[in-house]
Amino acid sequence: MGDIAIRVENLGKRYRLGQRLRYRTFRDAVSGVLSAPFRGVHSYLSGQRPSENAQKSDDFIWALKEVSFDVKHGEAIGIIGRNGAGKSTLLKILSRITKPSEGCAEIHGRVGSLLEVGTGFHPELTGRENIYLNGAVLGIKKWEIGRKFDGIVAFAELDKFIDTPVKHYSTGMYMRLAFAVAAHLESEILLVDEVLAVGDAAFQKKCMGKMREVGREGRTVVFVSHNMGAIAELCDRAVLLDQGRQIADGDVAGTLGAYARLSGLNAPQAQYSPDSSLPSSIISLKLCNQDGVETCAFDIGEGITVSILYRVATRLRGLQLTVTVSRNMVDVIHSFDTDDLTEIPDRDPGLYRVDYTIPGMFLKSGIYSIRVGAGTPYKLFQDFESALRFEIEERSINTHMKGYRRGRPGHVISPGVWKTTKLE
Amino acid sequence: MKDSQDKDCDPLRETGVAMSTVLIKPPQDWVPLELKELWEHREIFSFLIWRDIKVRYKQTILGAGWAVLQPFFTMIVFSIIFGWLARMPSDGVPYPIFAYTALLPWQLFVRSLTASSNSIVANESLITKVYFPRLVIPLSATAAGVLDFAIASVVLFGMMAYYHIVPTSAVWMLPLFVLLAIATAFGVGLWLSALNVQYRDVGHALPFLTQMWLFATPIVYPSSLIPEQWLALYGLNPMSSVVEGFRWALLGTGSKPGPMLIASASAAFAVLISGLYYFRKMEQTFADAV
Repeated sequence: MGDIAIRVENLGKRYRLGQRLRYRTFRDAVSGVLSAPFRGVHSYLSGQRPSENAQKSDDFIWALKEVSFDVKHGEAIGIIGRNGAGKSTLLKILSRITKPSEGCAEIHGRVGSLLEVGTGFHPELTGRENIYLNGAVLGIKKWEIGRKFDGIVAFAELDKFIDTPVKHYSTGMYMRLAFAVAAHLESEILLVDEVLAVGDAAFQKKCMGKMREVGREGRTVVFVSHNMGAIAELCDRAVLLDQGRQIADGDVAGTLGAYARLSGLNAPQAQYSPDSSLPSSIISLKLCNQDGVETCAFDIGEGITVSILYRVATRLRGLQLTVTVSRNMVDVIHSFDTDDLTEIPDRDPGLYRVDYTIPGMFLKSGIYSIRVGAGTPYKLFQDFESALRFEIEERSINTHMKGYRRGRPGHVISPGVWKTTKLE
Repeated sequence: MKDSQDKDCDPLRETGVAMSTVLIKPPQDWVPLELKELWEHREIFSFLIWRDIKVRYKQTILGAGWAVLQPFFTMIVFSIIFGWLARMPSDGVPYPIFAYTALLPWQLFVRSLTASSNSIVANESLITKVYFPRLVIPLSATAAGVLDFAIASVVLFGMMAYYHIVPTSAVWMLPLFVLLAIATAFGVGLWLSALNVQYRDVGHALPFLTQMWLFATPIVYPSSLIPEQWLALYGLNPMSSVVEGFRWALLGTGSKPGPMLIASASAAFAVLISGLYYFRKMEQTFADAV
């Protein structure tokens, strides 16, 4: 087993529903104790064994279930999956923050875990003091910090402010300092959760460089990220989780492909029963990629086509179809099928299909929902809110250094053009 | 609950591998204290104490003066109400110094108890983001109260000089009584900090608890008011021995610690040991429940 750094065997983590949602108070516990005997009697009368009753499967949710994999020394492995797939739970178990409910894991070597940067930072303490405190929290020895101190300050680009309380720092300065300490963690095994998503573009570049360096040093890295480009760049291997289950484990390209197919499992189309009381009614909606394949998951560079099938019952003056694309409750696009026309045409009765295509490299990565409507300038016939959802992923491009990375401001990828001219 | 001893997870695997091997298993009913691991993390322990002390009086005008003002003004209020109005007996020493000698270890106890009881909830961001032995948190919270105690002690020696009271030859016993107070605060704090994670009622009950405890301890009155046959029972409250010990060693009042001290030390020890094991068992779910 000498070359194995991490061995995960049959790992599972179960949460009671609502466990993290409310505080338990004595009152709950007292009423629980009082009703327990009655529950026992009740279950006895109904012929159930109490243990069965107490552990009804719907009271629990498995955040992680039957996950097994090995990580060799020097290997960089990515953990991918959608929100709530269990990635962070897995990392928390490996970091020893929380215990698994079943199975086990073995870790051979000194572990450093970065679930967030700046853990333990205190706003009243100065940058210098926080470096030592944060270092101690991360398990870096005091003399080690002392030796690396100048390097950390230089990395964070904060020489002038190092004796200022961090509560006076800007968010960027704070994050730079936090990452700088984390970057100097020299453990054999590094568990990292999305901490790269900090700072401005220049600092991002530095962080990616540092991460690449870590990989080259032959240290073992377990890296959880939403950014597929970063995973592809930094990792040799990836594990795909979905709803707590391990779906794929293998080379990065294969696992990313499995992830794309997985995201496609959401219905890429919707059917509606025709409404005979309306002069026109929408029959179906469909999402396709540029190859005409129905999907809900698109690469950032890929075009997205919304197909609307509708029937017109009586000749209509001024029928318009609308598509609204929104992300995080913000409407990004609102478009009529008649936008390119100078005059709104009349529609004869019949079956129609209209395709609306959004080009690639326009929407930033993220989850979008589509609202589709039909009506005339005077009357709205139909309006389907959140009719379809799709996700744009950063598969082909590593966006870490780009202005349109998911976490940065702005709603779309800028169509503007930059041109630098050297004047002197 | 599935058996944790899965056949894949043979605990024997632990033997024969390098020291830095960590085995991660489901929660156990009985968790060893792992004092060695605690010792290896002494650096974060001292950093947490340092942080607590450093931050405590930031953005205050009086700063560390608060460490003196709190027991001092409590002493004045007690002297007026109990000493002057109620004519409480004070074992033949002036009431102010009688009260202050008791308030000094009492404040240490309350401060340490309150800080350690709230420590896990207060350090939620650490608990949910990084691993180190959880015992470090209540331990450092308890210990951070000692500095305030040291500052407030200066006033006591000033008062003794003012009243021309010379400490008895038993003054060397003082550290033992301080240790007893800290051990009691830590033991109870272990129980309460772990309970506080599940039941936030602890936070609400704590001020009430310490207030009741104040009257169960001979602070405003001398323990000579307690009938002799009840003294051993009364001693089950370790703080009564601490307070009486302080008065005995510094002011020469009362009698030599006897059965009462033995009862106190045993009670404190029982609470401490049970608290340690209870905490170790409960800490396995802190990150999920806090």
